[in-house]
Amino acid sequence: MTTTPGATPTIVLVGHGMVGQRFLEALAGRGLTATHRVVVLCEEPRPAYDRVALTSYFSGTSPDELSLTDMRFVEDHGIELYVGDPAVAVDREARTVTAGSGAVFAYDTLVLATGSFPFVPPVPHKEAAGCFVYRTIEDLLAIEEYAKNASTGAVVGGGLLGLEAAGALKGLGLTSHIVEFAPRLMPVQVDEGGGAALLRTIEEMGLTVHTGVGTQEIVVDDAGAVTGMKLSDGSELATDLVVFSAGVRPRDQLARDCGLSVGERGGITVDEQCRTVSDPHVFAIGECALAADGRVYGLVAPGYEQAETAAATIASDEAAFTGADLSTKLKLLGVDVASFGDAHGTSDDCLDVVYSDARSGLYKKLVVGRDGTLLGGILVGDAEAYGTLKAFTGSVPPVAPESLVLPAGAGEAVQLGPAALPDEAIICSCNNVRKGTIREAVTEHRCTTVPEVKKCTKAGTTCGSCVKVLGQLVTAELEASGVEVDKGLCGCFAQTREELYEIVLALRVNTYQELLDRYGREGARGGDGCEVCKPAVGSIIASLAPTIGASGYVLDGEQAALQDSNDHFLANLQKNGSYSVVPRIPGGEITPEGLITIGEIARDFGLYTKITGGQRIDMFGARVEQLPLIWMRLVDAGFESGHAYGKALRTVKSCVGSTWCRYGVQDSVRMAIDLELRYRGLRSPHKLKSAVSGCARECAEAQSKDFGVIATAGGWNLYVGGNGGATPRHADLLAQDLSDAELVRLIDRFLMFYIRTADRLERTSTWLERIPGGLDHVRDVVVEDSLGICEELESLMAAHVANYADEWASTIDNPEKLARFVSFVNAPDTPDPVVGFVPERDQMKPDLPLLSIGMRPATDVLEGSAQR
Amino acid sequence: MTLAPETTDLKVQLQLADTWFTVCDLSLLTPGRGVAALLPDGRQVAVFRDRTDRLYAIDNRDPFGGAAVLSRGLTGTHQGRPFVASPLLKQRFDLATGECLDDETVRVTAYGVRTAV
Ligand code: SRM
Ligand SMILES: Cc1cc2nc3c(=O)[nH]c(=O)nc-3n(C[C@H](O)[C@H](O)[C@H](O)COP(=O)(O)OP(=O)(O)OC[C@H]3O[C@@H](n4cnc5c(N)ncnc54)[C@H](O)[C@@H]3O)c2cc1C
Ligand code: SF4
Ligand code: FES
Repeated sequence: MTTTPGATPTIVLVGHGMVGQRFLEALAGRGLTATHRVVVLCEEPRPAYDRVALTSYFSGTSPDELSLTDMRFVEDHGIELYVGDPAVAVDREARTVTAGSGAVFAYDTLVLATGSFPFVPPVPHKEAAGCFVYRTIEDLLAIEEYAKNASTGAVVGGGLLGLEAAGALKGLGLTSHIVEFAPRLMPVQVDEGGGAALLRTIEEMGLTVHTGVGTQEIVVDDAGAVTGMKLSDGSELATDLVVFSAGVRPRDQLARDCGLSVGERGGITVDEQCRTVSDPHVFAIGECALAADGRVYGLVAPGYEQAETAAATIASDEAAFTGADLSTKLKLLGVDVASFGDAHGTSDDCLDVVYSDARSGLYKKLVVGRDGTLLGGILVGDAEAYGTLKAFTGSVPPVAPESLVLPAGAGEAVQLGPAALPDEAIICSCNNVRKGTIREAVTEHRCTTVPEVKKCTKAGTTCGSCVKVLGQLVTAELEASGVEVDKGLCGCFAQTREELYEIVLALRVNTYQELLDRYGREGARGGDGCEVCKPAVGSIIASLAPTIGASGYVLDGEQAALQDSNDHFLANLQKNGSYSVVPRIPGGEITPEGLITIGEIARDFGLYTKITGGQRIDMFGARVEQLPLIWMRLVDAGFESGHAYGKALRTVKSCVGSTWCRYGVQDSVRMAIDLELRYRGLRSPHKLKSAVSGCARECAEAQSKDFGVIATAGGWNLYVGGNGGATPRHADLLAQDLSDAELVRLIDRFLMFYIRTADRLERTSTWLERIPGGLDHVRDVVVEDSLGICEELESLMAAHVANYADEWASTIDNPEKLARFVSFVNAPDTPDPVVGFVPERDQMKPDLPLLSIGMRPATDVLEGSAQR
Repeated sequence: MTLAPETTDLKVQLQLADTWFTVCDLSLLTPGRGVAALLPDGRQVAVFRDRTDRLYAIDNRDPFGGAAVLSRGLTGTHQGRPFVASPLLKQRFDLATGECLDDETVRVTAYGVRTAV
């Protein structure tokens, strides 16, 4: 296929790595994706991912989590991304690129971002089974697989990447060696003194380091698999696996083949605009480029700068890449190593300030100019000051340099906060963000948290080494602007959720309006509240309903107006405006009839069905007016609301337990059902999850739950504060060997104490970490009754249990409540025309294009409402 | 025939070009919540009633997500401006003007609304 350039000019990007992706973002940011056709050829089997964080794969980060590519971004900007299809030839005369698939793309502008390939020294048998490089996710998957049958691993190369790779091998359980040709580790970044400190620390961790020796030959067995390596000092090292990490070389073959000029030692020669010197239609960025300052940069930050420069140049803006700084910080195997600026003191007339303590593996060196300007430095063992020092590089720090490297407690040590930095100081070098920009994010763009500042400025979104300084700056800036951190729930209430709970309970306030009008902030009284406090107060009132004399039914009277949208419809809203339906299946136990009923209902209403992660069944795609009809049938068959929509008890998962399992010591299914039925419908600050396992094998994953129970020979162990989700936390053991009654009583108290004292949307895990005294305090309160409130906690729970009624059963019996379940108030039987479905894998999914078209006539758009 | 207003159901009406379009009885609106209404030309409008019985109407379509769901959001007051927060991704829209409070480049159509006998 040949594509000819039409009216829209075409940009072809070869290589979808870190820099390629940043280039696409820069194109989009400048509006070039709207005016150009953008074609991307991506050689790897997956779109761009975070190569810098590659090693985190071994500590549990999945390839998906490493991804840098948001497919919506690609789609929204109409970028044609060909994954797994490399460029194989460029015809500069015809201005076309041929892909491996045979497709030919004509370009007006070609951008090469092909990165590097790992250099493998030309030693015999370097391609034997068991030899690897360390560059891509596929490399890591292969190493992981091979390591299963290996016990020793060796890394050739003791640089930054070699140490990372050695750390990874050790993490895979291998005895690990590092072979480095230079006389010290990380020769590029650290000097002799730093190398010595590093060596000591790394050896203490059980890695064997061989410096000053080269690899001469890989030794293989009859089958051709690695068994060892011969070193230049004549010795032999037995190993099952070898990882070459001896540096990288620019991938410039494609450029060479089409006659672009390359440097003597590789790298596509470009000018300050990142345009190749041979052809004005071709750019090269990232690790494949030989920059105008004569260097090939092997770090991501300069590559990002080049990407921005190339995009700006294509947009006819002025930009130049004239060189970059090579600061790096690495934390691996628990050792901090950082180098920044002129680390080796190559400038004229510079002086070193060194602090060294080989015993504790500490080495800190600052390179200072005659006039006191900080030029660079090396930190090994403690890189705490890296962010601040790097930012001061190029200026005269306000205190004597030696005071910056002395360890705490050594008299002079100075804690120089980032507040002292000048506005021009670069805080995030990956993304080139100045301190001033971060301050503006707080003062002008009203960011009040680190995540907001990250989103607004991009700082801290790459290697993460600046996040700590970022946090300090944000806090300092907020304090400086006199923001007294207001602990109030929201703009309507100056009280915390806990304080409001106490007011509601003690004064028996049972309506939101009364609470707002009497206890709200001055300006909020008499108003309509907001989306933060309404559901929070609605939840407090619901969890105390029987005690304070409110209705326990969340759709009664004023309460209906307080509920979050999902609670208001007793179902979960999906992206196209349809709903999902989740009946309760206590403990995950369900009869064949139950399964058949759910199946029939789903079939009759044409719903998509899926087994959830919570051991029950979700039916998706119900229109709002179908909800009551679906629930009439579910309620008829004995099902109840599963509260999948509420900040309430979700599921109590169970394993099969002693009834069937040969290991089980207690009946975990019965206990799970009992607990689920006891706490169902309980409204709380956040959702509550639980699980019961029949023995310590823990098949129900109870330790990842808000309250989890594990059977023991003598009864039950109760764990609290577990969490899955984005920040997993293992639950803590609260009490051991409890009887059924003791277990239930303790859970009653625990839950009620949590509901009483937690913040809005604070799961038990974060609550436990936040409250003063932590787990010990909670144990004192709920086990020892140190506050004397246990009786009250228990009676509050008893009232909840006694008053529980199924919300859906109450709703379908109430014609007035049913009136809200209509598509349109004036056309209750007309389905919402934008809720549509298309087939997928024998079921259906939302018809998303329908959403973007909407059913909106053109005049509406012309009136100025935004189109997305 | 005239009836005393308190015994008649007041009607909610929306202003369209130069007519008033009757949507429903006022009693169908819960203070603090919204309902969706279908216009004769296929457009959808979200109609709200606040605690003091003021009425508001804006386009029902969430311009960020595309679904027609604004009528199902939570309402409130922000610096004196009445708003609804989209139930999808929580952006807030001024009920009187249709302006998005979280992104000034976005707005939805606002409609005139009144009660009539
Ligand atoms: C349906 C389900 C996924 C599935 O197909 O399996 C699901 C779907 C949703 N989850 Fe989940 N979660 C589901 C199991 C889980 C699990 C697994 C489990 O429960 O064992 C977890 C991790 C465990 C945990 O919570 O600690 C989980 C962690 C989350 C989180 C992160 C919570 C956290 O503390 O970090 C959220 C976001 C939140 O709640 O703020 C979330 C939020 C959601 C929401 C409510 C997002 C939303 O607002 O649309 C999804 C609603 C689904 C719907 O419309 O019905 N879901 N979610 C699972 C329903 C289980 C059930 O039967 O009720
Ligand atoms: C384990 C590891 C740790 C690292 N740690 C750091 C760190 O802490 N700090 C730091 O600054 N840097 C670090 N780096 C270096 C950093 O990853 C690179 O500088 C960065 O990825 C360079 O981006 P790039 O886009 O130029 O190259 P890459 O990310 O390598 O992307 C180039 C892409 O082009 C593709 N490609 C090549 N030829 C073709 C073709 N003909 N057609 C189509 N596609 C092609 C390649 O398959 C590749 O996907 C690390 C690297 C590794 C491997
Ligand atoms: S947790 Fe124990 S009892 Fe339960 S299924 Fe697993 S092995 Fe069996
Ligand atoms: S310095 Fe790497 S993310 Fe900021």
